[in-house]
Amino acid sequence: MSAAVQPVLADARDVSRAHRPFPIGRIALWAIVVGVFAQAFWAIAHNKNFEWHVVAQWFTADSILRGLGVTLGLTVVSMVIGTAIGLLLAMGRLSEDPLLRSLSALYIWFFRGTPLLVQLLFWYNMSTLFPTISIGIPFGPTFASWPTNDVITPLTAAIAGLSLNEAAYMAEIIRGGLLSVDRGQYETADAFGMTRWRALRRIIIPQAMRSIVPPSGNQLISMIKATSLVSVIAMGDLLYSAQAVYNRTFEVIPLLMVAVLWYLLVTSILNVGQSAIERYYARGERGAASRTPAPTVAGETL
Amino acid sequence: MTMTGLSRASLAPDTVAAPLVRARNVHKSFGANEVLKGIDLDVGQGEVVVILGPSGSGKSTFLRCINQLEKMDRGSIEVAGEQIGYELRDGRLLALSPRAVARQRRRIGMVFQQFNLYPHMTVLQNVVEAPIGIHGVPRAEAEAYAMELLVKVGLPEKAHAYPRQLSGGQQQRVAIARALAIKPRLILFDEPTSALDPELVGEVLETMRGLADQGLTMIVVTHEIGFAREAADRVVFMDGGVVVEQGRPEDVLVNPRQPRTRAFLARVI
Repeated sequence: MSAAVQPVLADARDVSRAHRPFPIGRIALWAIVVGVFAQAFWAIAHNKNFEWHVVAQWFTADSILRGLGVTLGLTVVSMVIGTAIGLLLAMGRLSEDPLLRSLSALYIWFFRGTPLLVQLLFWYNMSTLFPTISIGIPFGPTFASWPTNDVITPLTAAIAGLSLNEAAYMAEIIRGGLLSVDRGQYETADAFGMTRWRALRRIIIPQAMRSIVPPSGNQLISMIKATSLVSVIAMGDLLYSAQAVYNRTFEVIPLLMVAVLWYLLVTSILNVGQSAIERYYARGERGAASRTPAPTVAGETL
Repeated sequence: MTMTGLSRASLAPDTVAAPLVRARNVHKSFGANEVLKGIDLDVGQGEVVVILGPSGSGKSTFLRCINQLEKMDRGSIEVAGEQIGYELRDGRLLALSPRAVARQRRRIGMVFQQFNLYPHMTVLQNVVEAPIGIHGVPRAEAEAYAMELLVKVGLPEKAHAYPRQLSGGQQQRVAIARALAIKPRLILFDEPTSALDPELVGEVLETMRGLADQGLTMIVVTHEIGFAREAADRVVFMDGGVVVEQGRPEDVLVNPRQPRTRAFLARVI
């Protein structure tokens, strides 16, 4: 090879001068996808059977908004109770006490292993199993007693069913999160004389949150939709309210669309919230937005 | 600041001259593997003791027994006259509750091989966590003292950085400041330089040497013979779960009496 050719060749092979091939395949794919979606959108928008004016008419109706409020309220209450019980169950599963470990495992086995709908029906029909509910010493005296039908209303049955079922799932999510934290962090908390509870609250849980938040977001979204099951026990949630309307007006599809749009809207808002929470718990990670260190002490003395 | 745990021991006249740490016949097995086979060791107030020994000699395990991160199988360890993890009541030895053990650990600082800073907290938050949360020091006071300590370890400008933004050597110096922040009566160092890149070892040893000069009671498990020679009041050589030899660094390191010590030093120097 002659020395005169080489520089030209090296220059021509400089990758910064390279051209991209024309992405004909990708553009074709885009055209197809856009076409299909435009057609589908057109079909839905112009389909008389959707009766969009009826959707618009009922979208913010009082009864629908009340139902939405029940759905959101049930979701929040059940999620909070479920997470609290789930945390206790997760700690039980990780406990050194074999009794606590097996009780937690038994709970999770039962509530994950049976359909939520069946659990709700059981709670609602509790009075046929146990006509009265009492507090007292097992096999000993009772201190207080109530008729089950007074205690178990559709509301309490719904909250009990949803939150106890949720606890089983949250327990496994939280347990996974606690296990994801480096062993050394537990040891350090111990070495500095933190109590178990303090170590969890200050050191372990904030770090576990990184792996707890994403699946919990999933759970929350599942929960919003799972609340629609309570319509079978006469609880006036979003779906139940929509059903109540179309049972009178026979506008089934438009009212289901009202419910669908509300469910989508709420879950979309939650997605945004979840990203914000994930960013918060990612602080201190490499690549997270670094703050400029503020020198608070002037001069070094060592 | 008063040390409530210390008061009983220091008021009793017969324990005034007693060592700060007194380990007797400490045994520990992991399954069938007996790691500690009867360790006796006293550490005096203000003494710097460096424990040397080959890997697997049980030196880290022994260190971790002192603040009960490991539970020993036999023997006893006292710190400032209080038995760690147990209490003698009417001639019966009772295991302490986790809460009581946590209380005993409050004035024992520890520096780990892997630093173990809290990654979700800034440097300053790391240092003030125990003083504020466990010792009840007011925030302003704790933060002022923390800044003093960060100056001492040469990192005041990193107070608001997160641990992962620091080098290993800087992280370990923060960990030392964190251990100092609880005003410890004793600091345990568990191979503090073993996880560091070679060029970062010096800054950590420099910081530790400064502490040794200030009369802090330190028990250091390390492979750094140089640190032992310069900073230790006493060198303890462990091998196979027993203390083989101990004494002043100039004796143990220069003229070891035991063949096992000699063989170890020949390998590492």
